[in-house]
Amino acid sequence: MSFINYSAKEINCKIVYYGPGLCGKTTNLQFIYKKTRPEAKGKMVTLATETERTLFFDFLPIALGDIKGFKVRFHLYTVPGQIFYDASRKLILKGVDGIIFVADSQVDRMDANMESFDNMKLNLDEQGYNLDNIPYVIQYNKRDLPNVVPVAELNKVLNVNGVPEFEAAAFDGTGVFETLKSVVKLVLIELKKGA
Amino acid sequence: MPQSPFVMYDEEFKELTLIIEKLLREANSKCVYLVDKDGQLMSAVGETKDIDATSLASLTAGNIAATGGLAKVIGEKEFSILFHEGERDNIHISVVGQRVILVVIFDKRSSLGLVRLRVKKASEDLTKSIEKLLSRMQAGAAQENILKEITDDDIERLFH
Ligand SMILES: Nc1nc2c(ncn2[C@@H]2O[C@H](COP(=O)(O)OP(=O)(O)OP(=O)(O)O)[C@@H](O)[C@H]2O)c(=O)[nH]1
Ligand SMILES: [Mg+2]
Repeated sequence: MSFINYSAKEINCKIVYYGPGLCGKTTNLQFIYKKTRPEAKGKMVTLATETERTLFFDFLPIALGDIKGFKVRFHLYTVPGQIFYDASRKLILKGVDGIIFVADSQVDRMDANMESFDNMKLNLDEQGYNLDNIPYVIQYNKRDLPNVVPVAELNKVLNVNGVPEFEAAAFDGTGVFETLKSVVKLVLIELKKGA
Repeated sequence: MPQSPFVMYDEEFKELTLIIEKLLREANSKCVYLVDKDGQLMSAVGETKDIDATSLASLTAGNIAATGGLAKVIGEKEFSILFHEGERDNIHISVVGQRVILVVIFDKRSSLGLVRLRVKKASEDLTKSIEKLLSRMQAGAAQENILKEITDDDIERLFH
């Protein structure tokens, strides 16, 4: 749920990166952190296991600029992708304004992608959300690897609603900001529509 | 449908801030934060400059959400009060008006007993103010609305 603070003159929104384990959600946030000017970002909070798997969430607050004198801030969260952390994923989705579904493009991760996508739909449903009217985009990550599924194929399976989709290689930043910008726009358009 | 935004006007901010300022003094605490359950900082008073408020807000919301999940697992409704004791500083977290989290940080100049007592009192006032805010939001009382003024150009310009 976005938070409009007239006292601090801020518009705050929450974006969640969702997707199967190891698809590159945390890597997206790390790249955004690295490339954002110090004055436009806050601390990145990472709650991870010893082996750098997300345990609860990653969190990165960023400021995007001003609209009519209001600072536009986005809070970026990642969920833990490993299947058994489902309870945590549900908690992170609370109050979400927009979602980036990160898919792992590798052939042998297709089942994991589909399972995670279905899991996202289910968890959204439980909170009274619906994929048909929540702003979301899809990122096909790890395009740099040799064994990737063609985008047309990925679209057929994962992009049933025809939302904006992006090819990415999060570890070198390819596509990372394009994906983020796209969902930010959708969220702001949705906010304006609801006003 | 994403829920409609949580809106706080300046008068409401001032009203809430007055209450937590009073709590800060009467509980002899170091600082007091008001955070909404989604992790957005609403107000902060006291010695706050060495603390990263945005991280604090998102972590306390995560903490309340996680213990709320735990409560469900064992068949409880919610743990509405959490207390963490540190070597120097202690942190007292409680849910008020079902929607907002009150965080009090204190050291040996105060005590858990005093903080508990004062938080209880302040919670009553906060609950009233928050309920007022929520019903104002529900009624959709027409005040200034920044969202209405956003143009497509504004959104485009954010990225240039
Ligand atoms: N080749 C390649 N590797 C990537 C890419 N993006 C991420 N990785 C690697 O994939 C591994 C997992 O990345 P993470 O970002 O930790 O994955 P995650 O989605 O956060 O995983 P969980 O926290 O378990 O849900 C790391 O070793 C990354 O360096 C990419 O675009 N290409
Ligand atoms: Mg991760």
